[in-house]
Amino acid sequence: MMRRAFLRASLAVGGGLLLDFSIPGALANARGAAAGPAALNAFVQISSEGIVTIVSKNPEIGQGIKTMLPMLIAEELDVDWGAVRIEQAMSDPARYGLQFAGGSRATPLNWDALRRVGAAARQMLVSAAAQTWSVPAAECETQSGKVIHAPTKRSLSYGSLASKAALIPPPDLAALPLKDPKDFKIIGKSHPGVDSPLIVAGKPLFGIDVTVPGMLYAVFVKSPVFGGNAVSAKLDAVKSQPGIRDAFIVPGSGPFNGLASGVAIVANTWWLANKARDQLQVVWEEGATAAQSSEGFAKQALELQAQTPAAKVWSEGDATQALAASAKQLEAAYSYPFIAHATLEPQNCTAHFKDGKVEIWAPTQNPDAGRKIVAKTLGLTDADITIHMIRCGGGFGRRLMNDYMVESAWISREIGAPVKLLWNRPDDVQHDFYRPAGFHFFKAGLDSAGKLQAFKDHFVSFGQDGKAASSADMGANEFPAKFVANLELGMTLMPLGVPTGPLRAPGSNALAFVFQSFIDEIAHAAGQDPLQYRIGLLGERRVVGAFDSGRMIDVLALAGEKSGWGKRTVAKGSGMGVAFYYSHLGYFAEVVHATVGAGGRVTVDKVWVVGDVGSQIINPTSAENQVQGAALDGIGEALAQVITLRSGRVVQSNFDDFPLLRMNQAPPVEVHFLKTDHPPTGLGEPALPPVIPALCNALFAATGVRIRSLPIDPKLLMRPDLPA
Amino acid sequence: MQYTIQVNGKAQSLSADPQMPLLWVLRDVLDLKGTKFGCGRSFCGACTVHLNGVATRSCVTPISAVGSASVTTIEAVASTPTGRAVQNAWLAVDVVQCGYCQAGQIMSASALLAKNPKPNDADIDQAMSGNICRCATYSRIRAAIKQAAGLPTVDSRDRFL
Repeated sequence: MMRRAFLRASLAVGGGLLLDFSIPGALANARGAAAGPAALNAFVQISSEGIVTIVSKNPEIGQGIKTMLPMLIAEELDVDWGAVRIEQAMSDPARYGLQFAGGSRATPLNWDALRRVGAAARQMLVSAAAQTWSVPAAECETQSGKVIHAPTKRSLSYGSLASKAALIPPPDLAALPLKDPKDFKIIGKSHPGVDSPLIVAGKPLFGIDVTVPGMLYAVFVKSPVFGGNAVSAKLDAVKSQPGIRDAFIVPGSGPFNGLASGVAIVANTWWLANKARDQLQVVWEEGATAAQSSEGFAKQALELQAQTPAAKVWSEGDATQALAASAKQLEAAYSYPFIAHATLEPQNCTAHFKDGKVEIWAPTQNPDAGRKIVAKTLGLTDADITIHMIRCGGGFGRRLMNDYMVESAWISREIGAPVKLLWNRPDDVQHDFYRPAGFHFFKAGLDSAGKLQAFKDHFVSFGQDGKAASSADMGANEFPAKFVANLELGMTLMPLGVPTGPLRAPGSNALAFVFQSFIDEIAHAAGQDPLQYRIGLLGERRVVGAFDSGRMIDVLALAGEKSGWGKRTVAKGSGMGVAFYYSHLGYFAEVVHATVGAGGRVTVDKVWVVGDVGSQIINPTSAENQVQGAALDGIGEALAQVITLRSGRVVQSNFDDFPLLRMNQAPPVEVHFLKTDHPPTGLGEPALPPVIPALCNALFAATGVRIRSLPIDPKLLMRPDLPA
Repeated sequence: MQYTIQVNGKAQSLSADPQMPLLWVLRDVLDLKGTKFGCGRSFCGACTVHLNGVATRSCVTPISAVGSASVTTIEAVASTPTGRAVQNAWLAVDVVQCGYCQAGQIMSASALLAKNPKPNDADIDQAMSGNICRCATYSRIRAAIKQAAGLPTVDSRDRFL
């Protein structure tokens, strides 16, 4: 009797991107009349008692999506937030569409689409009530989980209508009317994280907390040199340790996000598995990457910068000639290091391989990509793999790659039991997909009035065969491209044997530092106020590509106003710096007040953030938290973080040599949103990039020393008036 | 070796290697998953529990060193009025982002308030800087501690208000 009514609607969202939803309706038919909650579509179930269960489709990594996406549905469904229960979706793209956490994309992709999902369910409930009363649906309205027939003052609860509504054919999503934003009751109001009561009580929610009956524990020891292979290992010494169930070599295959070569150790408890590593001796075939080092790359970059860039990224006018003709010329070399993600929950995954199928419990940002690479590596089909999306103890882009998922599935198959694989901290720091290092060689020319006439960047980055490594690229719209008459952006790539990947605001987290710092140099060379100079560079309000310079001018002006830019008396040794950056469709301008003390020690006193992410802040409490976190994340990167490559391996191993920002270093961050008449966009990332140059520009204002390399070296900032 | 330790008010008998850290005894022997693993070296504080009321990094505390000390984990933090106030403040201030560090943060915060019921910002820095929050929810952690203490939540370090 199963009748499936599929509704497929293509909705134009954001930049013309098409979303395809399939909503299995009428599922209640198969369940019988009154048993259990009625499913109105893939996302909404309502019990006869009126409990509304809303499915959250995306991975939760701390960005607050498990609260925010259901808010969109609940708003248009017209129920009280208190009546809503939230359920985490399984990885099932055929049912839920795209399921990933990345690129601050959830808001632009779902703002319209998920509100329509809620509106569709509401309309089915209205139809059910209208049928019950034999009145036109147009005479019915809804409020707080009830359908009301105003002319006769009758009402029916959603709970009493749900099973009937589930039988009604779903309406055309694209044609549904949506609420006027002024009538929003849930969107725009602060709703604390739905899992927080469980988190503060220590309930098991994270990947590392997963328990499966009969489960064993594993560690996986990989080659310290990226891409190296385990040739042989003294496994008996490991196997004779207490509690060890097995130890075996895993052959590597395929790309970095697949299965690396290494040695798996499986034990009765994780601590015993990890401890047995002390007895493990492996002969590694290290491979070509053993010749690579951070120092070597820096040298190579210096040599390459003198040559013509291998590839042109963008050019306009004649930068060479304009530079030669300019009244004042500037030249500066900037660089930034590799850095790691360092999610506080180390990579882990639980997998159970049984009868040619794998069930996986994964803290992942990108479950379907994991399914595909597990299937490929184990020779299975996508349908053989079931993935539970488990709350992630941080993501930051690390869990877009699913190497740990492949490892756990492989080990479970080899051992014939469910396995929880957990990396220790050195594994995590030394086997990341790093934010790539980069080297920029800038030149600029100003006319006698200080106007920027010529701009050049030779970006020496990583990649091969003309293709930049992941997150090592630069686009043709990198500001000030298209805002200067004569400009040339060029790139030269160095081959790299180390995996790279997106880190929160990928590309932007590094490019903002170099471009917004060099622009600050230009402003100072022009003898002009750095904030006003930036507004001048942005020039006439106009749209270039997707970038609206008017929106950026407005956030800059407001950041100036909120921070008291140019109006404060700044103490000796202190300074204020400003920067802006456009990424992930968000417009952010930030001001930092910083002080340099004895020994060049940097104290960040305060950060002001102004962001324009459109017309609506969906969940204000979460939005402020995300923005504050992003700004502090950037400060942490700038103050201390570096991953050093030596002989093809990572030198750092834990939080002593790869320090994260701590409470006593974290300044207050004041956040303002400038609401504008544009569709809402995402917030996890775009507040991060500008804080780094704003900090470095503040340090210049404080000391006259220009920071051109990260992390910030206090030795460069030593003040003659203070002790070292 | 056989050990009997006091965890959350109950005697727990178990067999373990003397070097096995309390963290892993709690998580994988006693199935108390609230205490988290972050670094294994006492750098991050995710594994913080109370030993006789003192905030202690369980990842570097071998089971053999626990003795008769009373161990309290996040699962039982609400059994004291201070612990419950901290938990409630965490929810009211909406501190959590990913949430992974928060058990350790709450254990450090409740140990601080048990000893110093009205901490100032310097006291908070001192007590909390051993706990890393990778999401950097530090402003809200600071505010929640003050709220639990019944203090105004304003950040006294902010001289630009």
